[in-house]
Amino acid sequence: MTNLNWLIGGPAGAGIKVTGLILSKTFSRLGLNVFGYTEYPSLARGGHNNFNVHVSKNKKSIAKKLDVLIALDKNTIELHKDKMSSSGIIIYDPAKIENIEFPNIQTLPLPLKEVATECGSALAQNTVALGATMALIGIELDTLNSVIENVFSKKAKIVDVNISAAKKGYELVKEKNISLNCLTDELKEKIEPKLLISGNEAISLGAIQAGCKFYAAYPMTPASSILHFMAGKAREFDFIVKQTEDEIAAINATIGASYAGVRAMTATSGGGFCLMTEGLGLAAESETPIVIVNAMRPGPSTGMPTWTDQSDLRFVSHASQGEFLSVVIAPCDMKDCFYETMNAFNIAENYQIPVIVLTDKLLSESYGTVDELDVNRIGIDRGVIESTTSSYGGKRYLFTDTGVSPRIIPGAVDGIHVATGNEHDEYGEIDASSENRVKMQDKRYRKLESLQKIIPLPKVYGSESGEVGIICWGSTKLSALDAQEKLEKLGYNVGVVCFKYILPFPDSEDVRKILKRFNKLIMVEANYTGQFLGMFRENLLIDVDDKLLKYDGRPIYPEEIVEKVKSVLSGGENNG
Amino acid sequence: MVDASEYNKKCDCDWCPGCGNFSVMVALKNSLARLGIKPHESVLVSGIGCSSKTPHWMNMYGFHGIHGRALPIATGVKLANSELTVVAAGGDGDGYGIGLNHFMQSCKRNINLTYIVHNNRIYGLTTGQASPTTNKGTITRSTPFGNPEEPINPLLIAISSGATFVARGFSGNLAQLQELVKEAIAHKGFAFIDVLMPCVTFNRMNSIEWYRERVSPINSDHDFSDKEKALSLALKWNGEDGEIPTGIFYKIDNPTYSDGLPQLSSGALVKKKLDADVSDVLKEFM
Ligand SMILES: Cc1ncc(C[n+]2csc(CCOP(=O)(O)OP(=O)(O)O)c2C)c(N)n1
Ligand code: SF4
Ligand SMILES: [Mg+2]
Repeated sequence: MTNLNWLIGGPAGAGIKVTGLILSKTFSRLGLNVFGYTEYPSLARGGHNNFNVHVSKNKKSIAKKLDVLIALDKNTIELHKDKMSSSGIIIYDPAKIENIEFPNIQTLPLPLKEVATECGSALAQNTVALGATMALIGIELDTLNSVIENVFSKKAKIVDVNISAAKKGYELVKEKNISLNCLTDELKEKIEPKLLISGNEAISLGAIQAGCKFYAAYPMTPASSILHFMAGKAREFDFIVKQTEDEIAAINATIGASYAGVRAMTATSGGGFCLMTEGLGLAAESETPIVIVNAMRPGPSTGMPTWTDQSDLRFVSHASQGEFLSVVIAPCDMKDCFYETMNAFNIAENYQIPVIVLTDKLLSESYGTVDELDVNRIGIDRGVIESTTSSYGGKRYLFTDTGVSPRIIPGAVDGIHVATGNEHDEYGEIDASSENRVKMQDKRYRKLESLQKIIPLPKVYGSESGEVGIICWGSTKLSALDAQEKLEKLGYNVGVVCFKYILPFPDSEDVRKILKRFNKLIMVEANYTGQFLGMFRENLLIDVDDKLLKYDGRPIYPEEIVEKVKSVLSGGENNG
Repeated sequence: MVDASEYNKKCDCDWCPGCGNFSVMVALKNSLARLGIKPHESVLVSGIGCSSKTPHWMNMYGFHGIHGRALPIATGVKLANSELTVVAAGGDGDGYGIGLNHFMQSCKRNINLTYIVHNNRIYGLTTGQASPTTNKGTITRSTPFGNPEEPINPLLIAISSGATFVARGFSGNLAQLQELVKEAIAHKGFAFIDVLMPCVTFNRMNSIEWYRERVSPINSDHDFSDKEKALSLALKWNGEDGEIPTGIFYKIDNPTYSDGLPQLSSGALVKKKLDADVSDVLKEFM
């Protein structure tokens, strides 16, 4: 087998995430691709939690069939046993779960708790399972041990307990002479270690690298970990993080900070974005650059707080009253989360508009590997900020050919003006005259001309032309790429056309040229109504041949895309 | 020396003649000038309402925001550039209705801002509906059979929420109002002034004369560091008939929000170089 698909499941509070992360990091240090995906209900204790680690040489995403299942309770077995691959193994503790046997699944009862207790703490039982996993694949323990040392670095005793727990787990499996034939060739090569990072961590680091000096937010899953990460780094990097009383305050404080001259950002999920919509319009009308991250989860209302989908696209694209320019960027992987957040600040300041970074639970809270993140790739470009207005007499909203007026920051001696959400003249004074309104709205929309030019076209992966073009946007790219690879191996000629910049829509003529190279087009996105498909039709005046829409809160699996493509090519049922 | 006239702007102010907002604007101009603050070093942030138009009639940096959100915007401005003098202003609907939570949170945060509420006890700009400080029984356009609700007591809210400077002014006593605004701006921490004023067009009940008969400056021996005394003074007037104490109710020195931020010890955020390099942090992800 060229990949390992491993899952640990159990009740909340059982250390599932940290165990999954340790395994993920072990493999990323070994230079392999890892995708760590976590599922948990919206509660602090109990329920079913799991962490899925997919390891391979070059896969990007999750996979359905499980090779190893670490079941910390019976529920986990019930929920996941149907996903076991033919050679898959379920590891469980017979002290906790009565002996189980299935006709087609290999089970491996191990006294996890007992062994961990012998090593010094019952809490290390998950680590016993990690040691066992290493033995199954035939990997020496040193990399795992080094990760354990880093993770528990603050407490030497805990490190010792876990290292001996891993060793015991390893030995238990070796004694039984069981092994899983996977990743053998992949692990033979010496490959450079990779970075393992979550989407939200990459967004946060991108913001810090971009010189974000003010971050205001109200906690909301799956955006909260940006708040946590930023708060932890605020002193080291000299910026301010403010947890506000609500999302209304968060966006308005962000606008205030940006008006006062610093790069400012806020992040939330759909419900919080609802509260931010009036502020979004204020940023647009007052031409105050801000970056807003919206991490999607299924709605409406509270919906499914800890699950994923892509159903806020229309909402964030059209939110707030009136008409104004904004940019929606949907990062497609962890790298994008880093670089596109940096780009978002540059675009916001150059065009003095709100820029929305649209991610989702899948991307924000999953962990993925990247070879490197280049801190120098995207420089800081703040656009026109002037320290004196002498040549144009304090006109903050000066009519210009580009539509972009020079920005002036409070404190400048001759820059006094009013920034406002009311329609205003060049000085910022309220002006509702017909003549001024038309001139101002035209001025703001004039920015579109040059903005459109920097909106990148969708990228094509796999075949540049062929039988099928799989169209996707944002995080769905990950599964689409894995699906493409599988289909190619099966002899199909398919490409993936992935949209990252969605608003303004990339140049339609150029996009149509790309799409024409495929005989059939299939739209894949995670929502009920086909939100991007609607925007696609509206902008391109063409349609797709079929679509795969998923809205159960679970990520789209590569296997599902593969099936769809196969059925379309075999002339199967068209539910488009 | 700064002359108050530096804060004048050539403009066509659209307030009704006799509106209480004029006095607050004059008090603000005079206070800023007397404190030696230059127009370009100060920012006036407002919400939406007649009173919230003040930034358009004054020569200083202004942010005329959205209804109820003056304080969060002002908070962002102040944290981004702690060297600016930041004043937030707006109406009673703006601050005590739609924006009440921001008001309480700003009090508790003790952020170094001045917040002036132009309390005409009516929604002026939207032509005369009941506000959170409108008396019970008052007939307004939205309460044709009399307002069914009791008014709130903003001073009580401010003191109990942790504001470190709490005062009540009256637009008909400019000398006192100026003094209060000056003290408020000079105060280190969240300074709040509720300014009683007439809306000559939509609040016929609480006219300037009505207030004049009832206002009474707080005794000079009032110990404004005493929270209990401040609270009982605030309880003295509930919006109805009766004596209305004016002046400083409460004032103490507490550390401000920014005092707890080592990030600001080396200067305002806006002055910092954008030279962050996360390379070392990235190593933690290996
Ligand atoms: C979100 C929102 N809701 C309602 C309005 C309409 N509105 C504008 S001003 C105002 C109330 C004004 O009253 P107040 O804040 O007391 O200010 P005043 O005009 O009396 O100075 C309202 C309801 C608005 N602008 N925004
Ligand atoms: S309506 Fe009332 S508050 Fe508004 S300007 Fe006229 S008097 Fe002043
Ligand atoms: Mg009012």
